[in-house]
Amino acid sequence: MEFVDEIIETGGPILGSEHMETLRVCMQCGKCTGGCPSGRLTAIRTRKMILSALLNMRDEVLSSDELWLCTTCYTCYERCPRNVKVTDITRTIRNIAGREGYLAKSHRMAASYVIKTGHGVPINDAVKESRKKLGLSEIPPTTHAYKDALKGIQTLAKKTKFDELIDFDWETMNLKE
Amino acid sequence: MKYAYFLGCITPNRYPGIEASTRKVFDAFGIECVEVPGASCCPAPGVFGSFDLKTWLAIGGRNIAIAEEQNCDIMLTCNGCYGTLQEANHLLQENPHLVEMINEILAEEGHQYKGEIQVKHCVEILHNEVGLDTIKEHITKPLDGIKVAVHYGCHFLKPSEVRGQGSSERPRMVDELVNVTGAESVDYKDKIVCCGAGGGVRTRELEKSLLFTLDKVNNANAVGADCLLDICAFCHLQMDVGQTELTGKFGKELDNIPVLFYTQLLGLAMGFTPDELGINMHQIPMSDKILKI
Repeated sequence: MEFVDEIIETGGPILGSEHMETLRVCMQCGKCTGGCPSGRLTAIRTRKMILSALLNMRDEVLSSDELWLCTTCYTCYERCPRNVKVTDITRTIRNIAGREGYLAKSHRMAASYVIKTGHGVPINDAVKESRKKLGLSEIPPTTHAYKDALKGIQTLAKKTKFDELIDFDWETMNLKE
Repeated sequence: MKYAYFLGCITPNRYPGIEASTRKVFDAFGIECVEVPGASCCPAPGVFGSFDLKTWLAIGGRNIAIAEEQNCDIMLTCNGCYGTLQEANHLLQENPHLVEMINEILAEEGHQYKGEIQVKHCVEILHNEVGLDTIKEHITKPLDGIKVAVHYGCHFLKPSEVRGQGSSERPRMVDELVNVTGAESVDYKDKIVCCGAGGGVRTRELEKSLLFTLDKVNNANAVGADCLLDICAFCHLQMDVGQTELTGKFGKELDNIPVLFYTQLLGLAMGFTPDELGINMHQIPMSDKILKI
């Protein structure tokens, strides 16, 4: 399958096929790169990434570090004169990169906290103290306070195979390796 | 008026002052905040949306479904949570096949997404439902002379076709909410530019993400702002903790500037003390000018 079709077919079921098809109409004007706040400071070049995708340069796009320098600020998406849904295309390409094993350890770690605690940023003892001082419940009424709810998140992660995607080990409740 | 307060991660687990100030301010306006019991990470739109869109939508749908069980709309204090839950709600309300897909996943835990509620940001409720006139009536300590550099963040405004908050290039809502407190929202370079934290960049490339923050701080200082003001717990963390990381870990030079969440600024103007609003729990200390209000 051509990489362009793979991107559209991957994002389509969730974000909509019409939405994803906009990838095909990019005319390479470069307004995305011109307005990109990350591009000012880092090596990300949005126009080039879209061109590489259109030229079916699958391995180059999926393995590039630049793919992960987009903060998803949506400036390119807002300004694109052809209404290419750039940010959602970027998120979708990252989904494919993840399946190909390109998720960074730091990202897999953040994801593992959600399976372990329900939160990407879990609570700690210092914040528990601060909460008490402010008159809030020491433990917030989230998965932190409801064990059954945490089980619900863990069941969900198994059902969508999110645990396999990030290489989560249920024995150690940590990342494999 | 009653809302289900969706807390997310950073608000309750890193900046409880944002939670406390929001609860106090909403209570003063007679708005009840009920819990979303067992809610989880939203999960973050640029991070988990980048890992696996299906898991992202399912967890987002689960959080909305729990709020639906409380029979009221969602209120929240983080643009990341807003980005995910507002977008997930939009996708699910437009696409019955997605509802079917996620309800199959949620059934085991006994939840069901129905699509009957809306997801609203706290500033949207303050601006559009409480209203500037009512807010003005509650101001007991006008913040005269305080210059505020407003940082909207990205996911409150964009994508504008989904969010429906008007112009993403020249927004006005938060500036109006600041000005009604007696403080002055000042223009500064690159006001609507990202804080740098989103999309997993903070997690994967901390130093690069902080380059955005360094520009923010310098640009706000260049116009003599007394504080940076945000409406997002994650931007708040990036701009507050980020300043200490920039000067500590990365040896950059900058003039520290205090960071306030909107309901903390409003809380000060409504007569709450800095301690009640958790303002002294930030990494960057408040200036005397702000503390003496």
